[in-house]
Amino acid sequence: MAKVKKIIKNIKVDADRCSGCRGCEIACSAFHAEPKYSSVNPARSRVRVITHRLQDIWLPVFAGEYTPTECAGRDIYTIDGKDYDECGFCRAACPSRDMFKEPDSGLPLKCDMCEGEDEPLCVKWCLDGVLVYEEREVWVEEDSEEKKQEELDIGLGSLADKFGLNQLKDAMARMTTKE
Amino acid sequence: MRYAEMGYHLEVDVATGNIEKVETDPKLTELYLGGLGSSVKLHWDRVPPEVKPFDDENMLIFSGGLLCGTPAFSANRTVVTFISPQSELLAYPMMGGFWSAELKHAGYDKIIFNNKSPELIYLWVKDDKVEIRDARHLAGKGALEVQDLIRDELNEPNAQVAAIGQAGESRCFTASIEQGRSSASRLGGGAIMGDKKIKAVAVRGTGDVHLADGAKFFELMEEVKDYINFRNTNPIPDVMTILSGIGSPQEMVHTDEKWHTESFAWGNARNRRKSFWTEDIEKSWTSTQIGAIKRLISCYNCPQHCGALIDAPDVPRYMMKCFSKLTYGMAAYVDNLDFSFNIVQKAQEYGVDGFSTPQILAFAVELKENGILTDKDFEGCPPDEDKEGRFMWLLDRLAHREGIGDIIADGTYWAAKRIGNGAEEYAHNNIKKHEQLPIKLGMLDPLYYLMYTTNEKISITQIEGNWPQAAFPKMEQRERFVEDWPQLPDDKFKQWLLDWEPRGEKSNPHFPTPPICSEIVDWMEMLHNIDDALGLCAGMASFCLKPPYHINNYHKLVSAATGMDVDQEELKRKVNRSRNLHRALNNRRGMSRKDEKPPKDHWRHRFPELEEELLTTYYTYKGWNHDGIPTRERLHELDLDYVADDLEQRGILINGEGQEDHQEHQG
Ligand code: SF4
Ligand code: SF4
Ligand code: SF4
Repeated sequence: MAKVKKIIKNIKVDADRCSGCRGCEIACSAFHAEPKYSSVNPARSRVRVITHRLQDIWLPVFAGEYTPTECAGRDIYTIDGKDYDECGFCRAACPSRDMFKEPDSGLPLKCDMCEGEDEPLCVKWCLDGVLVYEEREVWVEEDSEEKKQEELDIGLGSLADKFGLNQLKDAMARMTTKE
Repeated sequence: MRYAEMGYHLEVDVATGNIEKVETDPKLTELYLGGLGSSVKLHWDRVPPEVKPFDDENMLIFSGGLLCGTPAFSANRTVVTFISPQSELLAYPMMGGFWSAELKHAGYDKIIFNNKSPELIYLWVKDDKVEIRDARHLAGKGALEVQDLIRDELNEPNAQVAAIGQAGESRCFTASIEQGRSSASRLGGGAIMGDKKIKAVAVRGTGDVHLADGAKFFELMEEVKDYINFRNTNPIPDVMTILSGIGSPQEMVHTDEKWHTESFAWGNARNRRKSFWTEDIEKSWTSTQIGAIKRLISCYNCPQHCGALIDAPDVPRYMMKCFSKLTYGMAAYVDNLDFSFNIVQKAQEYGVDGFSTPQILAFAVELKENGILTDKDFEGCPPDEDKEGRFMWLLDRLAHREGIGDIIADGTYWAAKRIGNGAEEYAHNNIKKHEQLPIKLGMLDPLYYLMYTTNEKISITQIEGNWPQAAFPKMEQRERFVEDWPQLPDDKFKQWLLDWEPRGEKSNPHFPTPPICSEIVDWMEMLHNIDDALGLCAGMASFCLKPPYHINNYHKLVSAATGMDVDQEELKRKVNRSRNLHRALNNRRGMSRKDEKPPKDHWRHRFPELEEELLTTYYTYKGWNHDGIPTRERLHELDLDYVADDLEQRGILINGEGQEDHQEHQG
C-alpha cells in the first residue's frame, strides 16, 4: 500500500521549569491579532498557563478542540504530590470555563501551531526554555478507499444511534440544500 | 483609539462609594508619559501642600506604567503614589508581579482613591464592572492569605490582588502593599490603604491593549530579546557575581552571600562582620536555601525569575524575592538562614517593608541594651539570648501596634522623637526620615553622595545601576568594559571610566570630579525616572550594568507603542518635566537643601567642603537654585511656568531667576 509523508508538529512542555511569566500568552495573542501584532490580550491566547502558586503548579496548556458539552465526570490527577484539579490538563474550549474562548464573542480558540511561521511564537517568546518545538516526519499508510468508507459507516452509525435515523436524514437534507 | 495607554482612569471615592470611569486627556501622556510621570501631575494638581498623610485628601494612586500590558519584556511595574506618613513627601514605591497588566487589560491606566471608607472594604474591578465590596470579614487577615480568600470568594482564579495585612490596617508607617511574589514596600503605602480602610484591590481584565505600530514594536522586541539572551549567557567579567547579570539581584539563585554578609552592616546598621562567611556557614546556608526554594518565578512577561516559591520547614508556603532573605537575619544577628525564611513569611503576612522593619526592630533592641527602653517596655519578650524569639516578638508588637510596638511602628525617626532620652542617636541610618540600606563604608563616594542625597525616591536602590559601583583596578579591565557599552548617552563617559582609579589622585572622593559626577548621576536618575513612567522593571534597565533597555532605545519603544513621535531629546524633556514637577511638589512641602544629607556615619571619611561643592554643582547642572529648588528659567524650559508661579506665590522661589543671589549664603 502507498505511504505518504506527514509532518507532526510537537511542542514539548517542561512544566517544572515554567516561571509563570505568561510571555507565551502575550506572544500568541499578539500574533493572532488582526492586523498581526496590533494588540495584546492574554485572554485571547491559545496557550494558557494554569496557575496555582502555592501548590507549585504552573502548567502551560494549549487550546485543542471545541466541545459543545462539558464532561459529565471530572478527574483529579495527583502527580508528585500535587493535585491537578478537574480540568487541569484538558485542552478543550468547553462551556464549563472561559478559557480558550474569545472574550467578546465567546467563539472557541484553537492552537494552530502558528501556521506559516518557522517556529511557534509562544516557543520563541519563552526565554526560559520551557516550550520546545519539534517537527517529526512520519510515513503513514495512505488511507485506502475501503478504509475511508468503513470509517464513514462507523461515524454515521454512531450519529444515527445518538439522534435516530430520521433526524440524521433531515440534517443531511439541510446540509445538502445549504451546499 | 489610544495606543499603549487605555485612556481611562478609575476615580473611586471610598467615603461615598462613588465610582467614575473618566476619560483622560491625551495631553497628560504627551507631557508626562504614564506611571510615575502622570501620577505626579495629578498629585500636584489635586493635593495641596497642607495635606497631611492621614488626611482624607491624601490621594492614593495605583498606576500602571505606559508600557505595562504591551509585549515589552519586564514592563510590569505598578507605581503607588501618596504622601508618605514617614517622609511626609510624595512617595512612589513600586511593585512587579502581575497587577499592572491586569489593570490595563481591564481598561484603565490608574485607579485613584480619595477619602476614607467608614468600614473595611475592597475594590473589585472586572473590566467594566467595578464594585466596592465589604471586607469586614477579612479584617486581620494576612496580606498573602487574603489574596487567595478574595480570589476564592469572587470565584476568579485569575484575578490579581494587591492587599495589606495587619500592619497596614494598624497604619504602621512601614506597612507594605503585597501582591503575589511582589510588594510596594517603601514609605508606608500600606498605612495609607489602611487609613482609607481599603483592604485590597482586586483586578481582572480581558480587553485588548493596542499598539500603534505593532510590527515595528515586535521588531524592536526581537532586538531586546536577543540582548537578554546574550546577557544571560555572557555575564559581565571583572565585577562581582551579583552585579554581573541582568534582572533584580538574583538572591534566590545565588547562595554565595560572602559579599553581602561581610560588606553590609549587621544589627541596627552597625557592625560589619568581615570574617562571617566561613566554610560551615556556607555549607549550612547553601543547603537551607536550596532546600527552601521550590521553584524560581518571574513577574509578568519577564524571563529573569527573580522570585521563588518558598517551602521551608514548619513555615506556610509563600513567595520571596530579592534581599529580604538577609535583612531580618542580619539585623537580628542570627547566623542561621532558617530564621530568615521563617520570619519573612510572617513579615509578609503582616505586610511590612523588608528593609525598614528589621532595622526598626534592631533599633528597639539597641535602645533596650542601652537602657533607653526598659524591661517594662519588653514585658513578655523572650530573654535576650533568644535573639530569634525576641525579633519575632517585636515584629508581632509592631504589626499590631501593641505596647512598645505602637511607638516603633512609626519607624526609627518618629519613634526616637517620641521616646526621647537620647533615642535620636540610634535612629542613625535615615535619609529624609526613612531607613536606608545598612551600609557603612570608609571613603566618601561622590557619586553615591549625590544619589543618596538628592533623589526623590529616598529608598534603597536610589538611582544607581548603570555606572559601575567601583573603579576597576586594571586598565585592561576598564578597556574590556568600555569596549562594548551601547547603553551610554555619550562616548565621553568611556574616558571617565578609563581614568577612574581605585586609589590615588583619580579616585574617590575627588574623581569623578563634581561636574563629571553631575552628568553621570543625572543620566542614571533619568533612566530610573523613565522606567518608573514606562512601568519597566529597573532590573532590566536603570538598576543594572549594561541592561537591555537604555537611553538609546527607550524612545523607539515609546514611539512604536504609542504612535507619538518621540526622539531621544523629547523623551528626556518629558521625564525632566515630571522629575522637576516632583521636586517642586516636595519643595512645596518644605523639602530643600537642608534635608539632602546622607546618614552622618555612612562614610567614615567625610569632606564637608567637597560635599557642599558636589551639591551646588549638581543643583546648577539640574537647573536648581542653591536651595535645591528648580529655577523659573528651568521650569519655563519645561513648560512648567504654572509651577514657577505657584512657587513664587508661596515665597519658595523668590523673584524667579534672581534666586541664586538671594540664597547663596543660606543653607
Ligand atoms: S503554537 Fe502558536 S497558536 Fe499555538 S499556542 Fe503557541 S503561539 Fe499560540
Ligand atoms: S513563556 Fe515559558 S516560562 Fe513563561 S509562562 Fe509561558 S511557558 Fe512558562
Ligand atoms: S527582572 Fe525580576 S523583578 Fe524584574 S520584572 Fe523580571 S522577574 Fe520581576
